[in-house]
Amino acid sequence: MSEEITLRKFDQFAEHSSSGEPSEIHIEAKDFSLFYGDFEAVRKVSLKIPRRMVTAMIGPSGCGKSTLLRSINRMNDLIPSTHAKGEMVFDGHNIYDRNIDVVTLRSRVGMVFQKPNVFPKSIFDNVAYGPRLQGITNKQQLSEIVETSLRQAAIWNEVKDRLSSNALGMSGGQQQRLCIARALAIKPEILLMDEPTSALDPKATAKIEDLIGELRENYTIIIVTHNMQQAARVSDLTAFMYEGVLVEFGKTKQLFTNPKNIQTENYITGRFG
Amino acid sequence: MRLETRKLLDKAFSGFGLIAIVIMALALVFILAPIVSRGSKAFVFKGTIEHRRVMLELFDRGNVDKFHKERDEVGKAREPIYAMMAEFEAKTLELETSIETTLDEIKNEDRNLRKEVSRLKKVTPRDDVLIAELEARREQFKTREAELKAQRSELDDTRSAPYEELKDTVEELFGPIPGDKTPVLVRQRYGQTRWDRSLIKLHELLYTEEWDYSSPDGIGVKVETPRSELFAGTCLEPLFSYTEENIPQMMRPRTTFYWQFITDVSKGDNFFGGIWPAVLGTIYLTLGSMIFAIPMGVIAAIYLCEYAKEGRVISFLRVCISTLAGVPSIVFGLFGLAFFLNTIHVSSSKSVLAGSLTLSLLILPTIIRSAEEAILAVPRSYKEAAFGLGAGRWRTVLTVILPAALPGILTGVVISMGRAAGETAPIIFTAAVSVGLPLKIWETMTEPTPALPWNIYNLCTEHEAVDEIRHVQYGMVLTLVAIVLILNLFAIFMRARISKKLRG
Repeated sequence: MSEEITLRKFDQFAEHSSSGEPSEIHIEAKDFSLFYGDFEAVRKVSLKIPRRMVTAMIGPSGCGKSTLLRSINRMNDLIPSTHAKGEMVFDGHNIYDRNIDVVTLRSRVGMVFQKPNVFPKSIFDNVAYGPRLQGITNKQQLSEIVETSLRQAAIWNEVKDRLSSNALGMSGGQQQRLCIARALAIKPEILLMDEPTSALDPKATAKIEDLIGELRENYTIIIVTHNMQQAARVSDLTAFMYEGVLVEFGKTKQLFTNPKNIQTENYITGRFG
Repeated sequence: MRLETRKLLDKAFSGFGLIAIVIMALALVFILAPIVSRGSKAFVFKGTIEHRRVMLELFDRGNVDKFHKERDEVGKAREPIYAMMAEFEAKTLELETSIETTLDEIKNEDRNLRKEVSRLKKVTPRDDVLIAELEARREQFKTREAELKAQRSELDDTRSAPYEELKDTVEELFGPIPGDKTPVLVRQRYGQTRWDRSLIKLHELLYTEEWDYSSPDGIGVKVETPRSELFAGTCLEPLFSYTEENIPQMMRPRTTFYWQFITDVSKGDNFFGGIWPAVLGTIYLTLGSMIFAIPMGVIAAIYLCEYAKEGRVISFLRVCISTLAGVPSIVFGLFGLAFFLNTIHVSSSKSVLAGSLTLSLLILPTIIRSAEEAILAVPRSYKEAAFGLGAGRWRTVLTVILPAALPGILTGVVISMGRAAGETAPIIFTAAVSVGLPLKIWETMTEPTPALPWNIYNLCTEHEAVDEIRHVQYGMVLTLVAIVLILNLFAIFMRARISKKLRG
């Protein structure tokens, strides 16, 4: 047996601040397929996602975009009888390699879910959950991380006076931003967002979108959305998927204004989906 | 369906629901009301001087000077009774002695006559006339002797036997007669400690009780005759009216709060004192079973929910657990005896340890089931969030799933705690004895203990005087119900607190 591969983590905040090469590939899918039992939910997708850009995934319901997103940090492992074919390369390794340590992978690829899923704990404990997992117990250090993360998620001013109160007492939009702060607290490189605004009202949605705009400076963001205006507003690149197949992938402006594929055109013009 | 029908069905449904709830509530009241009203008599009752004597002598509790003063007064009131009894006894003795002396005299004379007769028979010529005369006199003696013997047995029947009965009753009522030596049994050293029991004993003193079975239906009829009739004409005749009139002065009933009923050890085979050994035994058994059952149950539930892959083995395991929950408790008791005591010898005799292990097996299915339900009820999103942040399975369970499932788990734990506290059959063979001292914590490994459920059963069925210790039985029942109730209230409180914390 080969030894276990740990995707070692290094602090890249300093690096983020300087503008890196936009064309640098951060994560790459090579003929990647994912099966639920016998059903092939993602079909041989090949996709290169560049560093520090916002990539949106659009497509009708059940087209496999969420499944593809969840494949990037292996969240599909939670569902029994799933298996993958092909490769998902991150940091030089196929993350579906048997020897990959999923825990370190997930600490580098953060995720925000469709519904705000804060823990029934205090706001502080929610944000500190990830750092604590990584073994940080110093109170001072923890509160610094919590403050930074909450500031990054643009929610610090709203919660700084009630860090010890239960997170479930906040509004939905606040909870979702807390979830983003919680994901940021583990200092990931990639942030996966699975329809992060679908459960929120327009005002909260606008706040989250603004936040994504700020976060693109430092993180690679992949966002799944049903809302095409949202994809157009926030993303640099857009991938259109249909029935598990990646139909078109390109610059957002180009994809929305001049799609190469007829299916894409039909979808973005509202003829189906 | 038409609107009217639907409305009617709706109403009928809620009506049935309401009726069910009302029936449940009534049943609860009907069960609890007698338990409370009778059980409280173990704690609040009219205690007699004997109760205070017991408290002072066996538990070293109470004011000595006050008691002595009261004892002297009561002694004065009881004095005439004992005097009458002594007089009667003396009179009986006198009568008996006079009969005995006469009998002895007759026997002596008879012997002399017999010798005389045999002597005369050898003398020649025989004086037949004299012999016949002497024989006739002997015949007379014989009749006289028979008469006297009849008198003696009549004396036994009419004086001694009823007197012994009376004396027993008096001793039961007032305690041993002053001057007699102290009885060996603790329960015989004191009279009636409770006023209600005193009145019943007084009735027994005043009336004899016989059963008349002459009725052809075969149903016995109780016939009560005043005891004073038996002693009519003797010096004991005034005793009965005197006792009846002066019983309050002789017993000094006073309302007593005996809350130490719970914390006192029992004395004299549960006739006096409290039920602490049984209460403590119940606490030990309940906590002991929890120590084994909670970790096992919760870990098993976590395994079933989070780790096990669904398959035949797991389905089979689940079926086993459900079946285990339905196995009669006596079977668990026998299993505990056969396995823990006879096979792996956790202790050389019955012990709290063996009982706790048996009880923990009994409640394990309940705990596993409720913990499983609680864990499954934790939103999937919590698990996803934890995994998404890089938590491993174990960390997720420990930091997210268990805290969120805690109220549910707690409910199951408390339900099974109530069951463990009240279960009798599993501890009969593994832990319970009817009489014992309170155990020290380290003795629980090797020693058996009294426990409330078993002792309730024991005192209600196998005690030598079931009828005289009703208050202890009901007191125990009330205590057991109260323990279970307090546990439940505590759990509801905890659950509410945790839920509130979780909800924010």
